[in-house]
Amino acid sequence: MIFQSTEHYIASPELALAVNAAVTLEKPLLIKGEPGTGKTRLAEELAASLGTELINWQIKSTSKAQQGLYEYDAVSRLRDGQLGSERVGDINNYIKPGKLWTAFTAAKRPVLLIDEIDKADIEFPNDLLHELDRMSFDVYETGQRITAIQRPIVVITSNNERELPDAFLRRCFFHYIRFPDKDTLTQIVLAHYPTLQADLLTAALELFFDLRAVDALKKKPSTSELLDWLKLLVAEQISPAVLRDKQHQGGLMPLYGALLKNEQDLALLEKLAFMARRAGR
Amino acid sequence: MLVSFFLTLRKYGLKSSITELLDLLKALQHQLIFASLDDFYLLSRLCLVKDESQYDKFDRAFADYFDGIESLDLAALIPDHWLLPGLIRQLSDEDKAKLASLGGLEQLLEQFKQRLKEQQEKHAGGNKWIGTGGSSPFGAYGYHPEGIRVGQQGSGQRRAVKVWDKRDFKDFDQNAELNHRAMQLALRQLRRFARTGQATELDLTGTIKATAQQAGWLDLKFQSERHNAVKVLMFFDIGGSMDDYIHECEQLFAAARTEFKHLEFFYFHNCPYEQVWRTHQRRAADAVPVTQLLQTYHSDYKVIFVGDATMGPYEITYPGGSVEHFNPESGEVWLKRLLAHFPQAVWLNPQPQAWWGHYHSIAILQKLMHNQMYGMTLEGLSSAIRHLSKRH
Repeated sequence: MIFQSTEHYIASPELALAVNAAVTLEKPLLIKGEPGTGKTRLAEELAASLGTELINWQIKSTSKAQQGLYEYDAVSRLRDGQLGSERVGDINNYIKPGKLWTAFTAAKRPVLLIDEIDKADIEFPNDLLHELDRMSFDVYETGQRITAIQRPIVVITSNNERELPDAFLRRCFFHYIRFPDKDTLTQIVLAHYPTLQADLLTAALELFFDLRAVDALKKKPSTSELLDWLKLLVAEQISPAVLRDKQHQGGLMPLYGALLKNEQDLALLEKLAFMARRAGR
Repeated sequence: MLVSFFLTLRKYGLKSSITELLDLLKALQHQLIFASLDDFYLLSRLCLVKDESQYDKFDRAFADYFDGIESLDLAALIPDHWLLPGLIRQLSDEDKAKLASLGGLEQLLEQFKQRLKEQQEKHAGGNKWIGTGGSSPFGAYGYHPEGIRVGQQGSGQRRAVKVWDKRDFKDFDQNAELNHRAMQLALRQLRRFARTGQATELDLTGTIKATAQQAGWLDLKFQSERHNAVKVLMFFDIGGSMDDYIHECEQLFAAARTEFKHLEFFYFHNCPYEQVWRTHQRRAADAVPVTQLLQTYHSDYKVIFVGDATMGPYEITYPGGSVEHFNPESGEVWLKRLLAHFPQAVWLNPQPQAWWGHYHSIAILQKLMHNQMYGMTLEGLSSAIRHLSKRH
C-alpha cells in the first residue's frame, strides 16, 4: 500500500485503491465530488505521505494549456530591446517554465495537482492530451525538447462545471468521492479535532445530517463547512443542550452562518422550524 | 481475458473503450487487488467508467454479469474440505456440542448446498430457505443455534450487501430529476463569449502590428475582456396544473438567474396570448403586450418556454378559447408570431415524458414548436440547450 488514511485525512478504501492504481500505473487520476469533500486535500496529503513536493496548478477560466508548459514574454523582450539591455541577446531569459515543466524536471517524483480543470476553456484538456500521455513537449522558441525525468503523479480535480472530452477521460483513472456516511464523518472530525467532546459531536452531527436531508436547500453544507462550524462551536463554548433545542433562535442552529451560505436557505429553515413548532402545539 | 465482461458493459450502454480495458488488465497484472470481487468491482469501475452518471449503468451490468458466476461458485465449485477447517476454528466447544443436533458439520454443509440448489430467488424470513431474518440454519441476521451465516461478517466495506446491488448512484443517472446545480451546469453550455465593455486587456497581436507600423516604437493596444454575451427570454406558465411543478420551476428560475447576464422573465397562463406578465401575480399593471415584446427584444434573443402544455385543445386553437378572458386571436396565432420573431426557441415540459401521449394539447404545441419540446430532466434540458446553442 502506497497511500492510506493519514492522521489528518481519512481516505475510504475505494479512494486508496484509486490512488494506488494511479501511482502504480503512472496514469493521471481524475477526482470528482461535491464541493468540500476533500478533493484538493487529497493531493496535499498524498504529497506529504510520499514525502515529495506538491506542484499546484490552479486553473482559472482564463488559463491556457500553454501556460502550464512555458511562457515566452515577448513584450518584456521588446521593451528590453528598445532600452538596449544586455539580457536581450539570450532568448532563455524570457522563457518562463510553467508548472508542467517544473514537474517534469523535479529531482524527486512530485505530485502535480491540476486543480478545477473544468473551470478552463473547453479546449484546455484537449491541449494537454499529448503532454500528459507522453510526458514531453517542445519549446518552439529554442528548439529544446523537455522530457520528464520520471512521470509525475498527476491528480486532476473537477467540480463538474463542464463535461470533459472523451479522449481526455480515456487517459485518466476516474474516481467520484461520495459524501461520507456518519461513521466516516465522525472519523474525519476526530482526525481534525481529537479532543472534541463526544456528546457535542453527536449532537452536532445529528443536526448536520438533518440539515443535509432538507432537499430544497440551494447549497447543502459539506465536510469543510462542518469542520468550520465545529471549530466555532468549540470557540464559543456552545453546549450540546443548546444544539438539541430545536427551537433555538426561531429554529436556526447556533452560528448557522458557517453552514448556510444563502439567505434563501436561511428563510426556508426558519419556515420549516415555524411549521414544526405549530405542529407540535 | 474479461472480454465477455467488457461486452456485457457495452451491452448496457457504457462507452468504455479497448484502451481502458487494457488499463484494467495491466492493473490486474500489477496485482493491485487480490482475489476479491469487491475490490475488482472498485478497480474495474476506476478504469472503465469516467463519469458518475454512468456508475448506475455499471452497477447493473456488473450485477448481471457476476450474479451468474457467484451462485455457480457457491453451489458446486467449493469442495467441503476448503470450508471445514476454517469453520471449525470459529466454533466454541459449546457450539460443537450443539452441532450434533443436526447430525454434524458435514451434514449441515451438505444440506446447505442442497438448499442453495433448490432455491432460485432471494429470500427473507421463514424457516427453511437461505435468506435473512428467519430461523433457518442458513442465512444471516436470524436465529438458529447451528446456523451457517452467509455473508454476515459486515466490515467497513459493507460486504453483507453487495455494493453494486445497492445502486447508490441511481440519482446521478442522466434521466433523474434535476437539481439546482445540475441545471446551472446544463444552462452554462449556452455560454457565448464575445468582447464587450471597457478595453482593459493587452491585445498582443494588435500591439505587435501597431509597433511594427511605428517602426519598432512600442505602441500598446488594449481590447475588452470576453464576456458571456448570450441573451435569453424565459416564459413561465404559472398557476393551475403547473402548481405541481413549482419546485422544479423555482430551481430552473434560480439557476437561470445566476447563469445569464441578459435574461428577462415573463409569465403566462397555459398558453401565451396577446399579453404576458412581468410578475407571477399577473396583475393588470404588470402586463406587457406581446407586440411590445417583439419590438423591444432583438431576434437574437433565445427563448425558453416552461409549461406543462396541458389544457383543452381549444385554448390553443380557437379565438376566445382562453379560460381567463376573451382572446380575440387564438393562442396558436400568438405563439406563431413569437416563434417567427425568435427563431431560436424551445419548450421545456415538466410533465414526465411518458404521459405526453395522453394530452392532445401537448401534441398540438409540439407541432407548433417544430418538435422542440423537451422533458425537464437533465437529458431534456441538455438537448434543449444544445439545440439553442446551434448557430442559426
